[in-house]
Amino acid sequence: MKPTARTAALAWLQAAPLAAVFAVFFLIPLGLIGMVSFWQATDYELIPAFSAENYLSIFQGCGDSLVTAGQDTCVTLKTYASTLKFSLITWAVTAVLGFAIAWFLAFHVKTQGMQTLLFIVCTVPFWTSNVIRMISWVPLLGRNGLVNQTLLGLGLVQEPVEWLLFSEFSVVLAFVHLYTMFMIVPIFNAMMRIDRSLLEAARDCGASPWQTLWHVVLPLTRTGLIIGSIFVLALVMGDFVTVGVMGGQQIASVGKVIQVQTSYLQFPLAAANAVILLAVVLMMIVALMRLVNLRKEL
Amino acid sequence: MSLLATSPVLRRERRPLSFWLLGAVFAAFVLFLYGPMFAIFVLSFQGPEGGLTFPMRGWSLHWFAQLWEGIGVIDIGAALRRSLLLGTVVMGLTVLFSLLAGLAYRKKLPGGTLLFYVVVASLIMPSIIVSLGVGLMFRLLDGGVKLWLEAHWPEALDTFTTTLGMFSSGLGAQLTWTLPFGLLIMFAVFNRFNPAYEEAARDLGATRWQTLRHVVLPLIGPSLVGIGMFGFTLSWDEIARSSQVMGDVNTLPLELQGLTTTVTTPVIYALGTVTTLVSFAVMGLTMVLMAVWRRRQGRR
Repeated sequence: MKPTARTAALAWLQAAPLAAVFAVFFLIPLGLIGMVSFWQATDYELIPAFSAENYLSIFQGCGDSLVTAGQDTCVTLKTYASTLKFSLITWAVTAVLGFAIAWFLAFHVKTQGMQTLLFIVCTVPFWTSNVIRMISWVPLLGRNGLVNQTLLGLGLVQEPVEWLLFSEFSVVLAFVHLYTMFMIVPIFNAMMRIDRSLLEAARDCGASPWQTLWHVVLPLTRTGLIIGSIFVLALVMGDFVTVGVMGGQQIASVGKVIQVQTSYLQFPLAAANAVILLAVVLMMIVALMRLVNLRKEL
Repeated sequence: MSLLATSPVLRRERRPLSFWLLGAVFAAFVLFLYGPMFAIFVLSFQGPEGGLTFPMRGWSLHWFAQLWEGIGVIDIGAALRRSLLLGTVVMGLTVLFSLLAGLAYRKKLPGGTLLFYVVVASLIMPSIIVSLGVGLMFRLLDGGVKLWLEAHWPEALDTFTTTLGMFSSGLGAQLTWTLPFGLLIMFAVFNRFNPAYEEAARDLGATRWQTLRHVVLPLIGPSLVGIGMFGFTLSWDEIARSSQVMGDVNTLPLELQGLTTTVTTPVIYALGTVTTLVSFAVMGLTMVLMAVWRRRQGRR
């Protein structure tokens, strides 16, 4: 063997365990989902077949509801609308919040030690359980929680506010609580790479702080912002735990539909839903990636 | 200009308004992150009469004792041991596989870009899809195994239940989540790695293995400890990918998720405090290990 071929073989030998994990536990399962989404099932067994029945049943009635006025939207479209709504709200809030916090850390904190310390403070909660972080809102937002006690004590409300917990509000709150970190890290990373003399040049040329933000910093942090957006959108689109726990098991989401169908062993239907979800998430990611590349070419 | 900029008197400009505004946002965010967790930490020490919300009705370790005895039919101790064991195995494999792959990417790895895209795809793939896929694969495998047993070994058919399990499907599903983090850290580490040390070792006649063992590994050791921490804590708290693949048993976070709908006493806060303390202990231990390792290198 030639030395280059030998190094390549050795390199693949070293990469083999990792590659095998992703082949067996990621690529093959994805292929199986695609295959089984066309299968049929009875209560206790899967029947190999090739029919689009699962997809048809998922979208049953959706065509009518779009055409006929006054008819209720079909369940699937409603679920997607609700999931998309959560994704977009969470995305907007985490993007603005993450950008502001990264800005503070990158440009206002002067010493590197302090920067590292404050950055770690932001990322430590990522290491703790998501469910714990969710239920930790109960003593604050519940019917007898701290917020309601305060509001009642101040006489601002007569009755405890009910929409604080197990509501759409608490779901979004939990998403922001859990996922802002995924925005802060890539944006902060991008901001730290910006040459500080560019900011100085902008100021010397008479740019206002807003102009500097809009025309200098934002374009240079775009990649970080988009990486963060991909994380947040993918996490929220596929979520079923947060919507379940913080929504009091009352709010629908695409991920939850898949989870429920799986636990009832309706694999073909769950697989078809997973394929559709995957297609939607991929389209969002491709659109976001376009945003980066297109601008680069201009 | 540079003279002015570095002059200590002139450089101490007044903090702009944006500093105070963003500082306030940052402080509020930290409070938002830690406040609720601190609340359940305090509430887990409720007296025996206490409820899920403030005020505190006395202070006690009552709910920790309750937790020790188990919640309903759920054996928390067993779930905790299972999670610890799985986390440790995931940690070991994550460190080993990430290190090997990291070394592979330093050489010429044909198709390496494709593999990298697959790894990144796994990172951003909605976890429920991965979980469904792995669960499905093992159920189809069950069907195959049953057919084979029927044909070749009918006696074993009665004892066979499923191939789904914590250390088959569960382990695999969790690795698809921890390995991307491990590999990305390895990239960051080797990007900053100075190959001059290796060249020096080779010039002095070290073999490939000796160079790795005595030069590379000690240098990247602290980062490997970091990957280990990622591996353990990500596994320890994992729910989404584990949800459909654990078979008959459940890990601690899965039990915890089930308990959120049924338990109405502070015992769930006690459980939260215990799992958070384990996470923090692992993190603290990692930091100490990394610091000790770095210092030992500095002394040499």
